[in-house]
Amino acid sequence: MKFAGLLVMPAGFFLSIAALVLFADPAPRAAFVLCGLGVECLGLAVAVRGHMEARGEGQR
Amino acid sequence: MNPTIPITDAAFALCMALLLLAPLAIAGVALINTGLGRCRSAAQGLLGNLAIVAVTAIAFALVGATWIGGAGHVIQLAGKPWNWLGTGPFLLGGLSAAQPHAQLALLFEFLAVALAALIPWGSGADRLRLTAGCALAAVLAATVFPMLAHWVWGGGWLSQLGVNFSLGAGFLDGGGAATVQVLGGVSALAVVWIAGPRKGKFPKEGLSTALPGHNAVYVLFGCLLALVGWLAWNVAGALLWLHAPLSALPVTAINTLLSAAGALVATFAVTRFRFGKPDASLCANGWLAGLVASSACAGIVTPGESLFVGIVAGIATPLLVELLELALSIDDPSGAITVHAVGGLWGLLAAGIFAAQSGQLVAQLVGIATLLGLVLPLVYLLFWLLNRVVPFRVDADGERIGMDLHELGGGAYPEFVIHRDESYR
Repeated sequence: MKFAGLLVMPAGFFLSIAALVLFADPAPRAAFVLCGLGVECLGLAVAVRGHMEARGEGQR
Repeated sequence: MNPTIPITDAAFALCMALLLLAPLAIAGVALINTGLGRCRSAAQGLLGNLAIVAVTAIAFALVGATWIGGAGHVIQLAGKPWNWLGTGPFLLGGLSAAQPHAQLALLFEFLAVALAALIPWGSGADRLRLTAGCALAAVLAATVFPMLAHWVWGGGWLSQLGVNFSLGAGFLDGGGAATVQVLGGVSALAVVWIAGPRKGKFPKEGLSTALPGHNAVYVLFGCLLALVGWLAWNVAGALLWLHAPLSALPVTAINTLLSAAGALVATFAVTRFRFGKPDASLCANGWLAGLVASSACAGIVTPGESLFVGIVAGIATPLLVELLELALSIDDPSGAITVHAVGGLWGLLAAGIFAAQSGQLVAQLVGIATLLGLVLPLVYLLFWLLNRVVPFRVDADGERIGMDLHELGGGAYPEFVIHRDESYR
């Protein structure tokens, strides 16, 4: 799960880069970049959760 | 070499003098790292800081400096040039004949990479082996730092967002909030995840165990040293990377001070409110978070805005340190993840919010997306592979007797009576 989260994060980065290439208008470009950041935050949350679970297993 | 920009003799002399003061920031962070660790790891901790500065200088000179400047490798994507890696001369060749600006820029980068590599060392205190600290510093200095610094400072694609996509002046990072602080902060997170918590920190039942730093005087004196270093760092960065005129430099210095001051007062008030008394180590973290946030925006915002940036950093720092430890089970003795990663990201965002140019906020957001979405996973992958070759964590016996005895054969305070460790439950 921790690796899944870390793999999701680059997807968010590429979304942000795609925003620069696909949209010339500032509003949709900014919205798309924010979506990319949202995906990164989701990936980070999954990675944090994965590391917490791994630690719990290690203690048992 | 970095892009050559004309620099006056006065600006050259001033910048050179400032860069000779900038190592005080490194000294400050080293003292903070050591003071927030345990007394039985103090000598190993401080020796590690020194060794990391040495290793990063050598690794950066041998490998990293080659990738940081020059015309760069450019790929064409959607009709736009994306300069992604520098093509400087090997082994600092031709440095003495380079333009003065390029020489100063390289000196700045030598110091920047040392500071960036110190940050994860503080987070891995009390369980990270000396060889592992040096190895991860070498990896940072040879690979990730030069790539990121080229993107931000060396004419790379992040700095060109303004030219290519009309996003303000491109990604702005005058004092190294991204290239130093956030890089160091996400490296700290990777180290903490890979090495795991200190033994006894998170017992099977109940709350996490408090393992307070062993020397508050080191920590607070380190904060004062860091102020001098940060003032030099931010002003030199404004000259080198933001091309600020000499008349704008006093405001940059005042902004740095105000950000740190606002952060300290805010952390003081929050800890006083939450715990009944102000907490010295959290106040030190707050002060440092204010300095870190100022790295991004001291050369861009007004004094009032800088004070606001510092206050927000100061309020967030103690709350996040608590959240990371109690809710997310992240054992970060120096608080580097909160101070350097979150503080740096907040400063970068604030630079976009308060900048005058339109599109600057989006440029800053793209930079933040790069740090979170590309740099963090890349650093984690590199460190995960490195951990297979050079194990990060000391064995259980070494952790029990302390890093000083285990790695150096003697303690930092041989005449002190060390009390029995109550944390092992």
